[in-house]
Amino acid sequence: MNAMDTVVQGALLGGLYALFAMGLAVIYGVMRQVNIAHGDFIVLGAYSAFVVVAATGLSPFVVAPLTALVFAAFGYALQRTIINRTLGNAILPPLVVTYGLSIIIQNVLLQVFSADARSIQIGALGTASVALGAHLAVGWFPLIVFGTALAVAALLEFVFNRTSLGMAFRAVADDPEIAQVMGLRDGQLFAYATAISLAVVALAGVFMGIKFTFAPADGPNFLIYSFEAVVIGGLGSFWGTFAGAIILGVAQAIGFALNPGWGILAGHLVFLAVLVYRPTGLFARSAQ
Amino acid sequence: MVPSPLVEVRNVSKRYGSLTVTANVSLTVDAGEVLGILGPNGAGKTTLFNIMSGDVAPDAGAVFLAGADITKLPPHERCRRGIGRSYQIAKPFGGLSVYENVLVAALFGGRRSGREANAVCAEVLELTGLMRKANRLAGTLTLLDRKRLEFARALGTGPTVLLLDEIAGGLTDHEAQDVVATVSAIRERGIAVIWIEHVVHALLAVATRVIVLDAGAKIAEGEPHAVINSPQVQRVYMGVDVEVEVGA
Repeated sequence: MNAMDTVVQGALLGGLYALFAMGLAVIYGVMRQVNIAHGDFIVLGAYSAFVVVAATGLSPFVVAPLTALVFAAFGYALQRTIINRTLGNAILPPLVVTYGLSIIIQNVLLQVFSADARSIQIGALGTASVALGAHLAVGWFPLIVFGTALAVAALLEFVFNRTSLGMAFRAVADDPEIAQVMGLRDGQLFAYATAISLAVVALAGVFMGIKFTFAPADGPNFLIYSFEAVVIGGLGSFWGTFAGAIILGVAQAIGFALNPGWGILAGHLVFLAVLVYRPTGLFARSAQ
Repeated sequence: MVPSPLVEVRNVSKRYGSLTVTANVSLTVDAGEVLGILGPNGAGKTTLFNIMSGDVAPDAGAVFLAGADITKLPPHERCRRGIGRSYQIAKPFGGLSVYENVLVAALFGGRRSGREANAVCAEVLELTGLMRKANRLAGTLTLLDRKRLEFARALGTGPTVLLLDEIAGGLTDHEAQDVVATVSAIRERGIAVIWIEHVVHALLAVATRVIVLDAGAKIAEGEPHAVINSPQVQRVYMGVDVEVEVGA
């Protein structure tokens, strides 16, 4: 395996991590909260698509946007009915409640699907690749994931910086109490943010289910990757999160190339190094 | 037909533990009036605004806007019904530009369409002298410009009642005169203004009526010059305030 190949495959893996991480970044960016069940929602997205594909025979690429729509509606309802009730001056209640959701999702999935690993099949596309030079080939599917992640980052940047909804998101993130006095309904804005987050999470989940096998307890790892990508990239821009995810993917690929046991560890080390030397992240954008 | 009174605060009280910050205060304001609120530091002036804007729930009493009881309404709903306020300690949305700060207030608080909201922003920024800084991030403004932005953002919500909390403090005489002229222009549009201000001469230049608070209670109300010259107000308000400033 040559070095160029390692970096390219790592960057493509980073595309998937970017989809994982942007959902987390949306919620953190608007509510200053971390959704502990984030990784479990990714796994839930994969199982949802798995069931629909098995029942209908539809292409996973058709099922993915449908799953995103359903997850958006679910996210809106979840925020309005449960998570909004936990928000206040204390930071612990939303963490505890989303941690509880994480446990519930894992156990329901275990009950319904058993601990067996599953995967979503896409047929020949799963192995098709395009040659880039003599020693480098890139899979079509990883390219599709990477392209989707780019598009999602661009769309989120547009929504947050160029629309009135995005302006309201940034205002309520700055100061939720003042925002209310200026006529913004924070509970509703939070529900929109969670809807957007879970739509991205659903896409990430379906793509994850195509790329990897998945089992009910896989969620917490994905939460950690998402969190690491957000921290490496720094807060305030989805391009930063995207870049952080690419760095994480490349780090894991290089670690893995050196020794099959070092892949995940290499990603954690990069994350720790960023925390130590540049805790605001590599691409942070800040008002101050 | 504008309802009269436009705003009524009726027998409002608020305690924090054993400390009474608002004691059975009532007031009314009509459209086109400028009601000045005077009182030493800690008299409960800002708490009264917090109760009106919905930041703080009173222990007793009620707030009415255009005849409707709004005591239980959340802050965003009160804003949309016409209560606009500024904060004594300026709290702009630091990550938004000056323009966006006013725009978000006009769009969501003022329920304006995009085109109308942009027109409101242009007008308000011109009025408050912030037009040339419209694209600056609000977090990078000087203290003085933050105060101007407080005023601008409150106006952006399209209020029928405007609550101004010490917007003239720290200004030069000339700048304070500009603020007085602006408040005067706002009043002439039929907006009711309630203005907490320590810069007494600025307040007296435009107030149609003043009330004086001390230790949470209303101790005087009436024609501005008569109130400010009454012996009780001279003793309580001026006396205490001078001592505080000498001590500080």
